[in-house]
Amino acid sequence: MTGGEVGTGETIVFWVCGTLAVIGALGMVISRKAVHSALFIALTMINLAILYVANSAPFLGMVQIIVYTGAVMMLFLFVLMVVGVDASDSLIETIKGQRVAALLMGIGFSILLIAGLGNGLMETSSIGLETANSANGGNVEGLAMLIFTDYLIAFQVTAALLITAAMGAMILTHRERWYPRKTQRELSEERFAAGTHPGQLPPPGVYARHNAVDTPALLPDGSTSDLSVPEPLRARDDVREIDTDDIEGIRKLSSGSSTTDEGDR
Amino acid sequence: MNPANYILLSALLFSIGAIGVLVRRNAIIVFMSVELMLNSANLAFVAFARMNGNLDGQVVAFFVMVVAAAEVVVGLAIIVTIFRTRRSASIDEPNLLKY
Repeated sequence: MTGGEVGTGETIVFWVCGTLAVIGALGMVISRKAVHSALFIALTMINLAILYVANSAPFLGMVQIIVYTGAVMMLFLFVLMVVGVDASDSLIETIKGQRVAALLMGIGFSILLIAGLGNGLMETSSIGLETANSANGGNVEGLAMLIFTDYLIAFQVTAALLITAAMGAMILTHRERWYPRKTQRELSEERFAAGTHPGQLPPPGVYARHNAVDTPALLPDGSTSDLSVPEPLRARDDVREIDTDDIEGIRKLSSGSSTTDEGDR
Repeated sequence: MNPANYILLSALLFSIGAIGVLVRRNAIIVFMSVELMLNSANLAFVAFARMNGNLDGQVVAFFVMVVAAAEVVVGLAIIVTIFRTRRSASIDEPNLLKY
């Protein structure tokens, strides 16, 4: 762990991880798909964890990886799965010119913030955490000392907060069942009342001499059943033609003569 | 290099998060931008703790993480509930409170 001053190694770490973090943040804002945004912000959070470790905060770095990139981002991806990955932004502005105004405001805000902070902070010196970390035998021990003495009440309140959050999530996502569950009898009656064919569709290749899905089933009158070929194949016109030689072979077989030219197939 | 550069990086990330909140319309991406702003504040806390030689900043950052985790749970539950009733994750859609 480094002290107050920043060495060469840490400077390199700062520029590499800082650049990656900013790239991730920009990608999160810019990318059109929500999943890409989630992956970009995961990149930012991992790099921030490295920067925490570089700042003599190894415990926070680990917590950042476990809580943020592990739990929170997985929760985000899970909700994206529920809400729909393709739920993209509408480009219609509810307030006219809001996007441009927001962009200008954000850029102005960042210039103001960075200029002000840079002016105020460039002269400061840094003490470093070596003495604070070694006072109790390490970073984790030092944090534990503070949490369980000075910040004990706050720590207990966060416990209550976490339980409340879990309860809130369960109550918010709980769905009331408005109608009683349908029984098997009701489902069956519904299916027959619809008037369509209640059974399954004919499987492909029945009575034909191939069992590939693009082979239509042969009907007793020699024609083929369109229903037996899956819909996408029919839409693509990929239905296989019926081989008339095959049909001849079947006819010969069923009329009793055992010698067909394709009997070995 | 001065450790104050960490503060500047955190300010930059905070601004990007703020722009994200203002520009994007998808509720989940807005939420991620809020998370980015919280994270940049954490980076500032950690850097200030190091500059002042005091662990209190790290404890505060730790509490921010706990609160952010709770906030994510409840916020995502609200987004899922709104999506279930309105079939949309856009933050412009739920406007019934306006009237």
